[in-house]
Amino acid sequence: MNKLNRDQMAKRVARDIPEGAYVNLGIGLPTLVANHLPVEREVLLHTENGLLGMGPAPATGEEDWELINAGKQPVTALPGAAFFHHADSFAMMRGGHLDICVLGAFQVSIQGDLANWHTGAQDAIPAVGGAMDLASGAKDVFVMMELLTKKGDSKLVRSCSYPLTGVRCVSRIYTDVAVFDIREDGVHAYDLVDGLSFDELRHLCGVPLHQA
Amino acid sequence: MISKFVSSAAAAVADVQDGATVMIGGFGTAGQPVDLIDALLEQGAKDLVIVNNNAGNGEVGLAALLKAHRVRKVICSFPRQLDSQVFDGLYRSGKVELELVPQGNLAERIRAAGAGIGAFFTPTGYGTLLAEGKETREINGRQYVLEYPLHADYALIKAESGDRWGNLVYRKTARNFGPIMASAAKVTVAQVNQAVELGDLDPECVVTPGIFVQRVVALGVAVRDVTSRA
Repeated sequence: MNKLNRDQMAKRVARDIPEGAYVNLGIGLPTLVANHLPVEREVLLHTENGLLGMGPAPATGEEDWELINAGKQPVTALPGAAFFHHADSFAMMRGGHLDICVLGAFQVSIQGDLANWHTGAQDAIPAVGGAMDLASGAKDVFVMMELLTKKGDSKLVRSCSYPLTGVRCVSRIYTDVAVFDIREDGVHAYDLVDGLSFDELRHLCGVPLHQA
Repeated sequence: MISKFVSSAAAAVADVQDGATVMIGGFGTAGQPVDLIDALLEQGAKDLVIVNNNAGNGEVGLAALLKAHRVRKVICSFPRQLDSQVFDGLYRSGKVELELVPQGNLAERIRAAGAGIGAFFTPTGYGTLLAEGKETREINGRQYVLEYPLHADYALIKAESGDRWGNLVYRKTARNFGPIMASAAKVTVAQVNQAVELGDLDPECVVTPGIFVQRVVALGVAVRDVTSRA
């Protein structure tokens, strides 16, 4: 099968983000989505440290370390951008004003439970940041992840074994082999990559799937 | 005549007692009041409870305070970063306590303290480890967790400009926790890059009204070129 690479996954997610949407892109893989939004489409990017209307990274030498994103990397502010404090920023999430957030994940359950903040390892230093707020706040929570772990286990699972970030919060999962919608009646798979049959996908996931 | 200007960072933090709860503004290094933290380090107060989004970067600022064993407990959302080695070492050896709070709950607990709210129900964290043991309630078909406000004895924050009444404006994403921390502490100290005259700040654009600020230290410090990530 022809698995999508990280940029192809980002491009696939970008296709589904409509004009006018207020969007938060999580740290890591989801950040790449910004590179694939067509310039003519007005999408407002939110970064939870306090900026709406975030622009691309500045040119080398133009970095301003008081103008950063949630990953603490320097960014720019587009004309029309706004700065705000943290309570306002999280009101935008929790209050349901943000249309879409795209997050990475360790695991997603078939009910839409999300695990993406902690592996539960004994010596790990727990750090949560805004992950739980995004998971419970945005109107649509999209997950972007490779379907399988390095060991070959499916990250789409019946029940998360890692500590949860949010309960029944994920509505769609973009992976390197297919897209999954989580609905009341179960998980619907579509946009399978070339060379992957539905039966093979079901075998990879090991969870009940509907063919959308 | 009211003047909240204090002559030095040292004078501004001179009365911080051992065991005090101190909020420190900043998201990573953006908005971190490094000079006030350095002054607190010099001052010597210990057994501090620190409220910050992170738990220090590199070896300066909050990381230096941790390294000097002045901090009993950190209340934050994201301690683990590429350059949080000081905190990591102390935490792993059991020398500092951590209360981990989702970032939005941290912000809202601070805001609630400043706004005189007794407690609030939030959906964030419901059904997770970070809500274990907390009261929950179903409201209009949705599950919420009860969270309490977070008060402080001091807030140390950084702003761009301030006047002698304590009115503040910030710079870009360095604003982050400044305005809410200013409201939640008994004594708020702002280090500003620029001291301005009354009237120089457009009242339409004042972000933190001076009622929330007790001390202002003008430092004229340039933005630090810190390359911290994560």
